Amino acid sequence: MIPLAWYLTFAAALFCLGLYAVLARKNSVAILMGIELMLNAVIVNLVAFWRYNEPVNVSGQAFAIIVFAVAAAEAAVGLALIISIYRRRETVMAEEIDMMKW
Amino acid sequence: MPEVRVGDLLVSLYDLLGWGLSELGLYPSVVSILQKLVAGFILANFCLLTPLLTIWLERKVSARFQDRLGPNRVGPYGLFQGFADIVKLITKEDITPAGADKTVFNIGPVLAVMSVLGIWAVIPFTSTMVGTDINVGILYSVAVGAIGTLAIMMGGWASNNKYALLGSFRTVSQLVSYEVPMIIALLIPTLLAGSMRMNTIVQEQQVWFIVAAPIAGLIFLISGIAEVGRAPFDLLEAESEIVAGFHVEYTGMKFGVWMLAEFLHAFTVSAITAVVFLGGWRGPWVDQYPLLGIVYFLIKTYLVSMLMLWIRVTVPRVRIDQMNDLNWKFLVPLSLAVLVMTALVDKLIPVDFSAGSRSLILFLVNIVIVVATLLVLRGVSRKEQAAQSDLQAEVNSI
Amino acid sequence: MTVSQILFILFALATLVAAYLVVTVRNLIHAALWLVASLLGIAAIFVMLDASFMATVEVVLYVGAIAILIVFAVMLTRRVMEDVGSQRTDNWWFAAILSGLFFASTSILIWFTKWPNLPEGDVGDTVLILGKSLVDPNKYVIPFEVASVLLIVALIGSIAVALPSKQSE
Repeated sequence: MIPLAWYLTFAAALFCLGLYAVLARKNSVAILMGIELMLNAVIVNLVAFWRYNEPVNVSGQAFAIIVFAVAAAEAAVGLALIISIYRRRETVMAEEIDMMKW
Repeated sequence: MPEVRVGDLLVSLYDLLGWGLSELGLYPSVVSILQKLVAGFILANFCLLTPLLTIWLERKVSARFQDRLGPNRVGPYGLFQGFADIVKLITKEDITPAGADKTVFNIGPVLAVMSVLGIWAVIPFTSTMVGTDINVGILYSVAVGAIGTLAIMMGGWASNNKYALLGSFRTVSQLVSYEVPMIIALLIPTLLAGSMRMNTIVQEQQVWFIVAAPIAGLIFLISGIAEVGRAPFDLLEAESEIVAGFHVEYTGMKFGVWMLAEFLHAFTVSAITAVVFLGGWRGPWVDQYPLLGIVYFLIKTYLVSMLMLWIRVTVPRVRIDQMNDLNWKFLVPLSLAVLVMTALVDKLIPVDFSAGSRSLILFLVNIVIVVATLLVLRGVSRKEQAAQSDLQAEVNSI
Repeated sequence: MTVSQILFILFALATLVAAYLVVTVRNLIHAALWLVASLLGIAAIFVMLDASFMATVEVVLYVGAIAILIVFAVMLTRRVMEDVGSQRTDNWWFAAILSGLFFASTSILIWFTKWPNLPEGDVGDTVLILGKSLVDPNKYVIPFEVASVLLIVALIGSIAVALPSKQSE
């Protein structure tokens, strides 16, 4: 069968790709895409552990569902913020949004 | 050698194919993969060829509604009109607009058809014939339909045309909004049947769920029509609305594929309504001859499809703001109210009541909800009329 | 190499390639579409883990709503100039080294630990048990209610943030 280590390595690789996107991209929406990748990697990790430890006890899946809800809420609010910032500042590049007032 | 039962012909042929392949000496897993590939291929062909007959039926019936004849030149009674349309579409010039994103432009229609064909994997044709009976069948059909929304977005953006983009924005807002009452209305048969598996929902319908949950059926039908983009919600693609919406730059067979995807989606939504609310493959003598289940299922699907057609030729098109109002101010609160009342009453009824009496009690609860809704709507419209006449009196007195 | 191992390697490689393209492609709309591809790949991995409900929720939620939101946001915040020039910040090499180190250290930890084997037997119908546990007072009803309050707050908040300001401009 598929060893648990494979799933965990896959989730770690996905998390690191998301981390690279957050640290190395200029556009805020691209940073948000990286955050979504990281959250998905976490969910894969949770579900893999649920399956391999004790599938009868659904706490792993319950945790994953709550993470889904939090990720959806965060994506919605983040995108609303980005659109609102774009209206004021005419830019979405993360390095140009560095002053609170002007 | 497995026996061929006439009452269950197609499943027997499937088993025969499996036996034949394993006689050739292949591994069992390879045999089952090949069996499923052949069955999937036949199902996909059935789905892609069904619109030919259904479009002919629709054109004839809508013509009779409008007091005219419909196509009657190509073949007897115009039956081959579909083939003539396909030949016309294939021979048209295939234009890609300048500055369009070629890959995304070409993938859009293909993804739309793919998402609709994926839904047919979970629809039960009869008690023994389901593509794959997963335990979240209903949610899967909504999920795969949501991929079609993305395809429309891709098509509208890749056309490099401001109006196509605006059209696709409106389309996506409509499609995503109407998923909410659709899912809530689908929760009610799940509640009554105790599972999301499609075959279980059909098997639990000793009395059809349309009797126990008529409002849910109506809400599902309305949001299904809006999800697909058929009239009266066809502001997405009608010629007078922002120059035909998201597919204005598509020509020839690519346009044909968009039309096919929309039409097939309408047929699929009718099929899901028939399965979930009208009892699917249930009917007399289905237990001895499961093949009759396919006949009953197709009859019910065509009935719902003709109902959609009836609504299409009768009701005028809605505006975008009327459509949003209908969804968020009417359908969502109503569906939530019906869900809560049905769940409550279903738990209060003692378990040893028969299926018929349970359905009757739930039907009465639905009637109570309808009366309450009509009273609320009457109050709201009276207030609106009073405000309107006040405004008119003010304007007249100036 | 059993069939399921080959399938897992195929799906995992496809997802990782799609995720790599998300973080490196210059055109943002293409990045959003590759994100959709990687999310579909992750849904396939969920199916391999016998978590079919999670797979369906992932497709409905992420592909059907969040990916569309992201595509909308990219389209609404574009100017013509933005796809020209480097999309990487000046210190991208540091980010690459950091994530590479993180991946290396986590992989070493993973491969040197003894993990349990797959439990015997079928998993059964988890949807029913999951539903019951999310409303059971002894189990997870409180996180469930808190998540629903969070979603309502996010709904109202994002509408309030994204409304055009009503002050006279």
